[in-house]
Amino acid sequence: MRSAVIVFPGSNCDRDALRTLAEVPGMEVEPLWHDDTTLPPETDLVVLPGGFSYGDYLRPGALAARAPIIAEVRRHADRGGLVLGICNGFQVLTESRLLPGALLPNRDTRFICRPCLLRVDRTDTPFTNAYQKGQVVQFPIAHADGRFYLPEEDLAQLEQRGQVVFRYCDVTGRVDPSVNPNGAAHHIAGIVNDRGNVLGLMPHPERASDPRIGGEDGKMIWDSIRAWCQNEGKRSGHGHGF
Amino acid sequence: MVMDFKKAGLSAKEYEALVQELGREPNETELQLFGVMWSEHCSYKSTRPLLKLFPTEGPAVLQGPGENAGVVDLGQGIGLAFKVESHNHPSAVEPYQGAATGVGGIIRDILAMGARPVASMDGLFFGSPESSRVRRLRDGVVRGVGGYGNAVGVPTVGGKTVYDPSYAENPLVNAFCAGVVSLNKMVSSQTARPGQKVLLLGSRTGRDGIAGAAFASAELSEDAQSHRPQIQIGDPFAEKLLIECCLELLEEGLVAAMQDMGAAGVVSSSSEVAAKSGVGMVIDMDRIPLREAGMTPGEIALSESQERMLLVVDPDMVNEVERRARRWGLECAPIGVITEERRYIYTSQGSVVVDLPPELIGGNAPIIPWESRPPHDEEERKKIPPTVRPGPEGWNDELLALLQDPNLRCQETIFQQYDSMVQTNTLAGPGGDVSLIRVPQAKAQVAFSMEADPWKCFTDPFNGGAETVARSVRALSVCGATPLGLTNCLNFPSPEKPDQFWELQEVIRGMAEACQALACPVVSGNVSLYNESPAGRILPTPVVVAVGSLSDGDTPLLGGQGRAGDRVFLVGSPRASLGASRYLLRRGAPLRGTPPPFSGAWEADFSRRARAVARGRHARSGRIISGGGLAVALAKELLASGMGALISLPSDWKMDEEILFGEGGPRAIYAVASEGVAAFRQLWEGWPLDEIGVLGGSRLRVDNVLNLSCDDLAAAWKGEN
Repeated sequence: MRSAVIVFPGSNCDRDALRTLAEVPGMEVEPLWHDDTTLPPETDLVVLPGGFSYGDYLRPGALAARAPIIAEVRRHADRGGLVLGICNGFQVLTESRLLPGALLPNRDTRFICRPCLLRVDRTDTPFTNAYQKGQVVQFPIAHADGRFYLPEEDLAQLEQRGQVVFRYCDVTGRVDPSVNPNGAAHHIAGIVNDRGNVLGLMPHPERASDPRIGGEDGKMIWDSIRAWCQNEGKRSGHGHGF
Repeated sequence: MVMDFKKAGLSAKEYEALVQELGREPNETELQLFGVMWSEHCSYKSTRPLLKLFPTEGPAVLQGPGENAGVVDLGQGIGLAFKVESHNHPSAVEPYQGAATGVGGIIRDILAMGARPVASMDGLFFGSPESSRVRRLRDGVVRGVGGYGNAVGVPTVGGKTVYDPSYAENPLVNAFCAGVVSLNKMVSSQTARPGQKVLLLGSRTGRDGIAGAAFASAELSEDAQSHRPQIQIGDPFAEKLLIECCLELLEEGLVAAMQDMGAAGVVSSSSEVAAKSGVGMVIDMDRIPLREAGMTPGEIALSESQERMLLVVDPDMVNEVERRARRWGLECAPIGVITEERRYIYTSQGSVVVDLPPELIGGNAPIIPWESRPPHDEEERKKIPPTVRPGPEGWNDELLALLQDPNLRCQETIFQQYDSMVQTNTLAGPGGDVSLIRVPQAKAQVAFSMEADPWKCFTDPFNGGAETVARSVRALSVCGATPLGLTNCLNFPSPEKPDQFWELQEVIRGMAEACQALACPVVSGNVSLYNESPAGRILPTPVVVAVGSLSDGDTPLLGGQGRAGDRVFLVGSPRASLGASRYLLRRGAPLRGTPPPFSGAWEADFSRRARAVARGRHARSGRIISGGGLAVALAKELLASGMGALISLPSDWKMDEEILFGEGGPRAIYAVASEGVAAFRQLWEGWPLDEIGVLGGSRLRVDNVLNLSCDDLAAAWKGEN
């Protein structure tokens, strides 16, 4: 199983993602530079890490979405390869239209860093198959621009297609504006593309993959990816899951 | 021709000394440089003799004061570089940029040691938050700290926010940073050799922040806003690239010496390299990349444009350094050369515009022996003012009011604006007595404790200074960490008034005595004087960050870990002091009264035993008693544990405010599992130790004086009503 973490100028969770992938699921993982133009052969997973790519100039993710490596990430996604965008990585995915929607400044315009409870609404994706449907998990958030937005009609379509994977919730799994940290539409914390092989989420699973650092609820993301790669690898050869 | 030395900021005496040393009159550019380099901010001319009182050596100290940051040994060939620095005056004028560039500056200090910055903390001091002006200022400062720190990817793991009317016009912003360095990659400003090239890496040089150091060395005037051009502008994106690029260059062994550009920009950084390496330097001013045309050599030399580093590189490495800088999108310009002859020379348009002995620039400002005299009301300040004790119904309200006090209440709304978790090494983030990170390379955990108690430093500077140091070390000890060293920022008003200079001197004496007693040497620090405005002076405000370590396998003893049924113990004297306490100040009493007198032997013994408790896991939870005394410590412990407690104080204690709210001296509360009580008692044998209750339920009850639900405590503390 091979993975790559894209490093943009201004990425700051790239090292965390590299370490987590190497230590938790024990994946082969290497950093790729934003102006690289190819992925290593047989890459299963590409991670777009958190941070402030290109200083968040223009809009978070807007410049990174135009980096040379993104064309290759897009081809990887088109082939059915897995793409995971965390925080700024999610913003890059929406800006590059690999995922729908936009991530606007938080409701109260402030940066927020704290643990958040999330409800897992989809467990049939490559990223979440180790969770139980409706399970409540805790990942930290750390962002200033995480308010997911889509026009009402598109939002309805997103819901109808079941693309919402994570929602902010309380301990019982109930969603409610009072437990929505940033004002995201429909309390959305993470979504997949229609095909299910591209996941973007604002919370940080790599910060919840160690019992001493933010808990272990994020580990099942890596378990899911590992299980999916192994199963799909057997069934259909490399990198063509969907 | 006698130059206008006063305009440059020098006194007649200083100018005389300068001419004598030089053997001639300085030219205009040279005079400009000295005006800034001999300012208080750069030269420590008021405090150098006093700072010598601090112990600076210890078994863990690898680098003491005098470099960009101190370095202590974490083992496994790994060092921890750390320092705290002020950015007070800029933050008063332009809160967002002032605070942001304060964070950026201290990060570059750490980087200049060759260390990767791994943790930041901030000490913020504001006027009363009831004022909307103060709240706006606070908002700007907090956004600035977050805006910069979050983007560069250094976690803000803790800090302290203090409110007192004395900071209304002159807020304080003290930024702390720590970094991890492989000792075989450590660099400094002492290693430049003749023939090497001098490179300027990072942002272009502009007119921002010119003579900021001089601005920082004067009192804030009513037209402080006119100093806006002396404020630096920060770009955390450029800083992030600078960090990664410099660490890569160091990793590859491409850099011989390095220096950050902070106060007084090019002149300060480059003359320091030349002086400390015992070499000369020739800088071609025409080769410094500029943001704007028409800058004079003096302006270029003194600009405090941010996100720049000075590198000294072997000639055959220059191309490779430039190549790597380009990859990071950074400008890198060769601006000069290291020479054998110990002259510090600037050329511009083909002629020499500055020619000085390097060591004269940074090191030789004549010391000013300010007069020191105790204030006329010294005795008055020490008397604890009488107050009317609350009636039987009043104790509950007193405790709730204290929990709502801005100085004691939950500071979550501030620290949630900071990324405290990036780098995934934060074991205990903001909100507790200590912040804790792991350093995997060293197989160690590092604990930080930031403390300040300006009130006690005003009423009793010696004991207040000692108490500040002792409190930060106590917090480390309770968590089980061995102190390795500390850094401090001395924020004081003008030293030119004898009573204010006396306060400074006494505070330093007290701090030094505590450092000595607790074997916690000072490895770095910063002095910020002239913190006063027409509205008044600030309280004497030493900010201390003590740093300690635990080994990988040790479980740190933190607060809020108690379980129902655990016994609650009070360690230390039942009585502390109401002098300059939160209890009295909140009730509007005048700022008076002393803390308990400092006892070095007593403190050291407490720390030794507290570490033994933590290391042996003889308690489940521990917390030092500080602001608000025993009652507030109990309330905070219960809020963190999510349960109540039934407390019954020994019947021979006369219940009063001093028991419940007194502060100062080595004291702590512990929660101990029943089966561990015997061992715990044994560790404190010969010490005042009282079992005062048991954890459980959902209320805090203390005899017949306090009876409050945890929900009420939480609502007061968190401000949710």
